Amino acid sequence: MALIQQSDAAPRSPSPAPGGCGQPLTLLRERGQREVFCGLTSIVWLHRRMPDAFFLVVGSRTCAHLVQSAAGVMIFAEPRFGTAILGERDLAGLADANDELDRVVDQLLSRRPEIRTLFLVGSCPSEVIKLDLANAAQRLSQRHLPRVRVVSYSGSGIETTFTQGEDNALAAMVPLLPRSEAESLLLVGTMADQVEDQFCRLFAQLGLPGVHTLPPRRSTDLPPVGPNTRILLCQPYLSATARALQAQGAQLIAAPYPLGVEGTTAWIQAAAGAFGLTASAVQPHLEAARQRGRKAVARYREQLAGKRLFLLPDSQLEIPLARFLHQECGMVLQEVGTPYLDRLLMAAELEQLPAATISEGQHVDRQLERVRAARPDLVVCGLGLANPLEAEGMATKWSIELVFSPIQGYEQAGDLAELFARPLARRQRLHL
Amino acid sequence: MELTLWTYEGPPHVGAMRIATSMEGVHYVLHAPQGDTYADLLFTMIERRGKRPPVTYTTFQARDLGGDTAEMVKTSVREAVERFQPQALLVGESCTAELIQDQPGALASGMGLPIPIVNLELPAYSKKENWGAAETFYQLVRRLLKDQVPPPGTARPGPAPGVRPKVNLLGPSALGFRCRDDVTEVCRLLGEIGVQVSVVAPLGASPADLRRIPEADLNICLYPEVAKPVCDWLKRQFAMPCVYTVPIGIGATRDFLQEVGAALDVDVTMALRPEVVGASDLWSPQLHGGSTERARSRLPWYSRSVDSTYLTGKRVFVFADGTHALAAARIATAELGFELVGLGTYSRESAKLVRAAAKGYGLEALVTDDYLAVEQAISEAAPELVLGTQMERHIAKRLSIPCAVISTPIHVQDVPARYGPQMGWEGANVIFDTWVHPLMMGLEEHLIGMFREDFEFVDGHQSHLHAGGAKPMDSSNSRDVQHPPAPAPVAAVSVGTASTTKTWRWSQEGLAELGKVPFFVRGKVRRNTEAFAQIQGIDLITVDTLYEAKAHYGR
Repeated sequence: MALIQQSDAAPRSPSPAPGGCGQPLTLLRERGQREVFCGLTSIVWLHRRMPDAFFLVVGSRTCAHLVQSAAGVMIFAEPRFGTAILGERDLAGLADANDELDRVVDQLLSRRPEIRTLFLVGSCPSEVIKLDLANAAQRLSQRHLPRVRVVSYSGSGIETTFTQGEDNALAAMVPLLPRSEAESLLLVGTMADQVEDQFCRLFAQLGLPGVHTLPPRRSTDLPPVGPNTRILLCQPYLSATARALQAQGAQLIAAPYPLGVEGTTAWIQAAAGAFGLTASAVQPHLEAARQRGRKAVARYREQLAGKRLFLLPDSQLEIPLARFLHQECGMVLQEVGTPYLDRLLMAAELEQLPAATISEGQHVDRQLERVRAARPDLVVCGLGLANPLEAEGMATKWSIELVFSPIQGYEQAGDLAELFARPLARRQRLHL
Repeated sequence: MELTLWTYEGPPHVGAMRIATSMEGVHYVLHAPQGDTYADLLFTMIERRGKRPPVTYTTFQARDLGGDTAEMVKTSVREAVERFQPQALLVGESCTAELIQDQPGALASGMGLPIPIVNLELPAYSKKENWGAAETFYQLVRRLLKDQVPPPGTARPGPAPGVRPKVNLLGPSALGFRCRDDVTEVCRLLGEIGVQVSVVAPLGASPADLRRIPEADLNICLYPEVAKPVCDWLKRQFAMPCVYTVPIGIGATRDFLQEVGAALDVDVTMALRPEVVGASDLWSPQLHGGSTERARSRLPWYSRSVDSTYLTGKRVFVFADGTHALAAARIATAELGFELVGLGTYSRESAKLVRAAAKGYGLEALVTDDYLAVEQAISEAAPELVLGTQMERHIAKRLSIPCAVISTPIHVQDVPARYGPQMGWEGANVIFDTWVHPLMMGLEEHLIGMFREDFEFVDGHQSHLHAGGAKPMDSSNSRDVQHPPAPAPVAAVSVGTASTTKTWRWSQEGLAELGKVPFFVRGKVRRNTEAFAQIQGIDLITVDTLYEAKAHYGR
């Protein structure tokens, strides 16, 4: 995929690039207004994954407002996140930022003694004024260990888009992982508890050694890492984490992502293969679940086959989703938008993607013009656009839900298809 | 730096977005980093709008900071004006853009665009959402009306005889609390006294509408948080009179009508006729829907009816924006017979008024935007009902106190499909239902006070709401109350929240007796008893201490 053209000048300058099955992929790169979340949003699911952690954003009132607008519809007896809001005194240098941060952290930890890991989360303001949160995390760790460990990562909008916040959070945990020479399989990326249990059961059946997860369910149960650790990514947005783990000597297993029956099979086979198991040795263990998965997807294939799909950039899940919806549900791809394309982590997915336009980045007004011209049957987009597009008569599937739902693995393949069939089914039901 | 678990207001540029989104024909170019488009969701999700807010963001990223971010502003302005063809353009910065100082307003003004451009200066590190909304509305109105300002000292012509007087409703906006239905209700109220509404702004108005503001005879400042600066300016520059009384509650609505009547020389006696509210009329079908004989409000009769007697003296804590806090305090005390045990606001602009009002109720006002301070105050006052914002729902959940939302910040459930005003006669009906609903029903309250060993209707249970008993206040030590540890002769009880650590010794019988107090007043009884013990220098609280304190304080 060497031929990439910027489309700053011309609204659309597609260029051929080698795609899967020898078919041409078209990659369109755009710059302009991006209608996406910043990485701070990752707090909304990470706080549930690790209930003993607290996420303290160092930023402005905007950051505080973002997180509470996203999560504040839930009523919290004990908040799991907060913001240290910078004031004019901090900006003018009248108050020493480090002293201020120490004071705020002391105040927080005395109110919430059960916190075990504190994440200091960088934001646009803290990055622009170059507040050194890594240093602060180190200092605060020294002060509060062994009770509380303090870690920092950036969730700023200028550096991260939505799920990249999780990538940075996990990458920040990597240096804390205990070293081990033992053979192990590390599953990386947040998944729903039940999905993770299913995979762990399956890998145990296959006899794979020491299966661990990152992030863990308790922030203090950190998985070991070393030269005999093999990394299997459960999520496609973990560029920084994968590279940080590689730097610790761990080996990355190249695989597509476990979405749908085919993706899950290839993903499990790749993991098993890394430990010397052949596909035919693995096959018998998967067969029953594969059949179940196919049966579950088939029900929705009827509703989805032949329908035209347009995905706007949001989470980097778009390419694997498009692959599943095309391959297993028969949908026709019009455009697959992604906020950021990591060709290393996406290689196995791109090989299987049919001829389609992939767009990286966004100029939202131009992209909406393309949506209107294409008149897709289903648009996958963020909540800022969903209702407005519905009001224009288009069916939408809001994309954030895909990060909050159990969608990976065989047993969830049907549920995943259902998420896309639901808005279409709803339109048939309602007579308003 | 300030530790914030929940913020009562967004940043000021969200206030500016509220003005732009409320209006037609106004576009807003906002210099902001990638990610700040989250604010669109406030309008498309919380308010369920079917249109994108008229906001173009520059969404710069880290790699742009090395380049020409000012050029991004100009590109965004040019593209937005071409694409959306607004009648007026707002240009401003978000908090991060404020740090890099590209002067987007000045840049846009220098581009020779054929429409009015308003350069917004909203200091994100010292001001907040409502201030941002008020400032934006003020700057926009000023910009559009500046060529109409008459020379100083020009006398304003009175309402022409024989013509229905006209008023403007200023302040209702997107993301305001129940603004949509309040406007409808106030228009009805005014219609009943023969007053015509000319411009409603910013909600639904265009720049052309704003230019018609001076044609009206009177301004009505419905939401001072958004419209007071504009109303004050119109009073100064155009000598337009203004009514500042906000018609939330029966008394306030009556005052409002009288003031409007006096300002416009309109007779409002029919509209205020008390007999129309009479109990016997409430169920008569012809009073529903007719414009002149519409039932005024059912609140007065509902509140006087004997079923409401048990509401008398219920201890209530009010925290909200200035307008809604003041209104709620008056309704709670004078119209529902509650006892006000706390009054506060996060609106510093209303601090003076709220302080004065609190003094009238024998209280000291809590003026803060610190969620933890509010939590502390509520915990100490131990109310039986909290009237607050979405944020007080978190506090009330933690303390297991019934709660109703009376003001922004709100979430999606407070933008209901049904008609749900707060203002006027119907608003009072809505308020009665909303505030009484979370309280335990009278019969259940009596029975739980008498029999404490039921397997279904347990302590703190409210069967009209949900199953399962609520945790009593101070969950850390309430277990001691319900299940006194058998072997220990005395139990140490720590008081208040984690920050106050004074420890009291209660005898086991004393604790058991405390457990027999109905759960919603138990927190107050405990505090009274301990305060009494302190005054008397008693160091072990017994059953007798508890009853002596009860006799001393009267409840």
